[in-house]
Amino acid sequence: MTRQSPPIESDPSGRATLHVNGVDLHTDLSGALVWEEERLVIVSDLHLEKGSSFAARGVLLPPYDSTATITRLAAVIARHNPRRIIALGDSFHDGWAHLRLPEAERAAVAALQRGRDWIWITGNHDPELPRDLGGTIASDIGIGALTFRHEPTGSAGEIAGHLHPKARVSTRGRAIDRRCFACDGQRAVMPAFGAYTGGLSIRHAAFAKIFRSLGFMAHVLGDRRVHAIAAARCY
Amino acid sequence: MPRAASPELLDELLPEKFRQWFAAREWRARAHQLALLAKARARRSSLLIAPTGAGKTLAGFLPSLVELDLERQKPARPRAALTSTGRDVQRTGGLHTLYISPLKALAVDIARNLERPIADMALPIRVETRTGDTPATRRQRQRRYPPDILLTTPEQLALLLASDDAPLLFASLRHVVLDELHALVTSKRGDLLSLGLARLWQLAPQLRVTGLSATVAEPDELRRFLVPQMPDEINLADLVIAEAGAAPIVEMLDTQERLPWAGHSARHALGEIYDLIKANKTTLVFVNTRSQAEMLFQELWRINDDGLPIALHHGSLDVAQRRKVEDAMATGRLQGVVCTSSLDLGIDWGDIDLVINVGAPKGASRMMQRIGRANHRLDEPSRAVMVPANRFEVLECRAAIDAIAENAQDTPPLRTGALDVLAQHVLGRACGEPFLADELFDEVRSAAPYQDLARRDFDDVIDFVASGGYALKSYERFARIRQTKDGRWRVANPKVRQSYRLNVGTIVEEQMLKVRLVRSRRASASGSTGAVARGGRLLGQIEEYFIEGLTPGDTFVFGGEIVRYEALAEDEVYVSRANDKDARVPSYMGGKFPLSTYLAERVRLLLADRKAWRGLPEQVQDWLSLQRDVSQIPGPRELVVETFPRAAKNYLVCYPFEGRLAHQTLGMLLTRRLERMHARPLGFVANEYALAVWALGDMSLMIRQHRLDLDALFDPDMLGDDLEAWLAESALMKRTFRNCAIISGLIPRRFVGEEKSRRQVLFSTDLVYDVLRKHQPDHLLLRAARADAATGLLDLRRLGDMLTRIKGSIHHRELDKVSPLAVPVMLEIGREPVYGEASDTLLAEAAEELIHEATGQAFDAPISSHRK
Repeated sequence: MTRQSPPIESDPSGRATLHVNGVDLHTDLSGALVWEEERLVIVSDLHLEKGSSFAARGVLLPPYDSTATITRLAAVIARHNPRRIIALGDSFHDGWAHLRLPEAERAAVAALQRGRDWIWITGNHDPELPRDLGGTIASDIGIGALTFRHEPTGSAGEIAGHLHPKARVSTRGRAIDRRCFACDGQRAVMPAFGAYTGGLSIRHAAFAKIFRSLGFMAHVLGDRRVHAIAAARCY
Repeated sequence: MPRAASPELLDELLPEKFRQWFAAREWRARAHQLALLAKARARRSSLLIAPTGAGKTLAGFLPSLVELDLERQKPARPRAALTSTGRDVQRTGGLHTLYISPLKALAVDIARNLERPIADMALPIRVETRTGDTPATRRQRQRRYPPDILLTTPEQLALLLASDDAPLLFASLRHVVLDELHALVTSKRGDLLSLGLARLWQLAPQLRVTGLSATVAEPDELRRFLVPQMPDEINLADLVIAEAGAAPIVEMLDTQERLPWAGHSARHALGEIYDLIKANKTTLVFVNTRSQAEMLFQELWRINDDGLPIALHHGSLDVAQRRKVEDAMATGRLQGVVCTSSLDLGIDWGDIDLVINVGAPKGASRMMQRIGRANHRLDEPSRAVMVPANRFEVLECRAAIDAIAENAQDTPPLRTGALDVLAQHVLGRACGEPFLADELFDEVRSAAPYQDLARRDFDDVIDFVASGGYALKSYERFARIRQTKDGRWRVANPKVRQSYRLNVGTIVEEQMLKVRLVRSRRASASGSTGAVARGGRLLGQIEEYFIEGLTPGDTFVFGGEIVRYEALAEDEVYVSRANDKDARVPSYMGGKFPLSTYLAERVRLLLADRKAWRGLPEQVQDWLSLQRDVSQIPGPRELVVETFPRAAKNYLVCYPFEGRLAHQTLGMLLTRRLERMHARPLGFVANEYALAVWALGDMSLMIRQHRLDLDALFDPDMLGDDLEAWLAESALMKRTFRNCAIISGLIPRRFVGEEKSRRQVLFSTDLVYDVLRKHQPDHLLLRAARADAATGLLDLRRLGDMLTRIKGSIHHRELDKVSPLAVPVMLEIGREPVYGEASDTLLAEAAEELIHEATGQAFDAPISSHRK
């Protein structure tokens, strides 16, 4: 395996570029990915209605997570005006979550879908999605040199989610813990987009299976910029 | 000498059997012990204030022993026989006295001590303890056949109350003894205890409460705590003050060495500390933090040519290790113990003849209680030596010694009851007998900390416990408590009850990680963290936040050794032995307690009073004189602000003397404002006395040109919008919120069916905080967190008081170089974490570092190359 340092680019707007299998993708600070040529926006792991899912088990988390997530998604869509949107799996926290989605949020999703091609990729939390959500349902989809699926397999050109990558960086006695994209130039794992989604350290063994060495980058979501930091530097 | 009571009084209050017992031990009942007997006879609740060694605990129990002996020696009392059935079941006998202490070790120790008089006098009294360690079978039995006297903790009381049979169990209760009350009431545990008491007053109207306390600043506040309050009326328990013991002899170490400008190690005085230990039988050496304890212990052993038995004791050490040290101390096998506040309270261990306090005393009352650990005989003075670690601490030590001589107290005021604790209590109440909201509201307000509770807050708590308290009413079907047809609230299902039991209590522990010693793996630093050999000897536990700040390869002191941080895997930290002479990572976090407001005031007065300087070491006098010559000595009510350039940066140093926590908050807010005023601030450090901010902009010039107005910069209005904006992202605020979320029962620490406590709480409370702030900013938990922030980690109240005090009294000095008074805080730069820098800057720096690395080296080079 060649140890070529992954390309690092940043731009004054805070936007960074991920090169994956020859394709340039832009990062959005919210944790979304943008493929400009295709006018495509990708978001992963929305986990809608995670709050009510916990509430049913007696943990009464604030019931505002779906609203928060969809509002942020609407902002991303307004920023990039995509033709197509891919929700990369685990869009709903459990098999009944879509039934619990409040009417207002359901309408908000429908409004976002209008005039756009919307693809729900199924995930382990939502393996069976109902037809009435609007959009197309698929287990994976290939576009050009890239394949979009929920659970990463490590194959070249794959954009996946599922792992909720986050990176912890420490400097000068302070540790900063942030969501990030993990990318080695061949494949990428996206951060979770949902308001109630936690993270898994990119130093966890699960990432070693996808990237095989520590020669990958964490594109860490800062407050105003995305920072490219070597995975080996994070923990 | 303690005054003996008059013989008639003695006869009347103390039965013959007891008098003989006292006589056989050549003891005399002390005046305050008899006073409590008299109060008991008059059915009065009372507060006993007594110094250590005054027989406080015996005084608390004596009335119960006498009463039980009289009542229960009646022939053939059937133990806990039921005299009727149903709701109004009464037992003869049953639980008579409940003793509650903050430490379970103390409960166990007291039980042992009580056994002696009971056995000697053959009293028909059964004493038992109930703590988290008590086996389930015994707890079951205690419910059915309660002992006469039960010794327990506030958490166990809450559990006992949260059951259907609580009315039966407590109906017979006559007496509650609260030990170390001064320590209990300063925390949320005190709130929980007060609510438990309020319940007990309902279940057992004949109840008397006795509080045992060290000397406090405001005894009336503790007296309120002991009796039921009425909405517009303050009720006080009676007060009994024991004779004071001999005044302690407290000195400041008159060091022959050069006094350091900064730092907290007191390394300069090491030899002198060692000599003191050598010259005494048993010495307790108190320090403020775990890492100071570690450092001092290690340094003492480095010079321990006589092989003196010196041990280490702090809260992070393994429990077994701590017990070993305590036992060795009790049997007089140790000559010195280096310890933290872990030994502030608790059992009396053998004959301690000297207390050394290294570093800042922080508060006068705290110091007196520590000094009281030496010599538990009342008529002999305790001896203590204070060892300041730097020049500012000399001032603080001087102020503390003067305060002790005047017997001035600075214990914190009684708390306002926290709403998150109330939420926990309400859920507990619903686990027992169903309650009516109106009745519970009255009951809760009988507890002193909740006397002024607003009905709106109470109703919000009920709503929160029921369905989360959200404006969006979508959780009705998941409610945890529901109203029955007659309007009473009860738990919705048995699982809620189980969950309450698993999560009771108000002590939210710092996330702790186990520390294990492994062999270094420096040769193979690649791959995931799983690569280290697991297992290894357990050294103890360490705070997660400390480890978070480290990079693998960093060295620090732990368990008396210098270790290298290797890796983190789940809830364990792997460290290896390091050969470094000095640990790289200093970790002085100032300890849990900030400098008390009272002591800070005294330090300011001392500074301002030239004549008082004579009581200070010459080196310190010289230092202050120099400050007066080149700048200014801060007056008691004013704030001195100095600005000066240094090494291409511009500094602003001020001296509020309000403690590190308030200074940190001030630093955060000042840097925000300086940013807006285009001074381009870069960061700040704070210590207990001063705050230093540095910037790219020339602040001296800006002030001269009126582009920077210090009055505006320090205006109290910073506690408005600036504070709100900062709170949104403040890690300290998030930590505060997390505690409230856990205590209130929103986020369980433990799940039913998964009883083992887990390292991570189930759900990141930071995410909840963000969402709640945005969508329901007045939610009960955010209100609770803000109330905590006023006095807790952010110390907002104190900051606000200071800003108001100095308004209009800011004195600016433009200097061309650092002033003598500024040196200590300037020296902290580089030792303390730097705050105030945006995360983006730090992340960008990490990314920069990477570029250097990436161009020259392979990615899997040893991470330890980051070491400075």
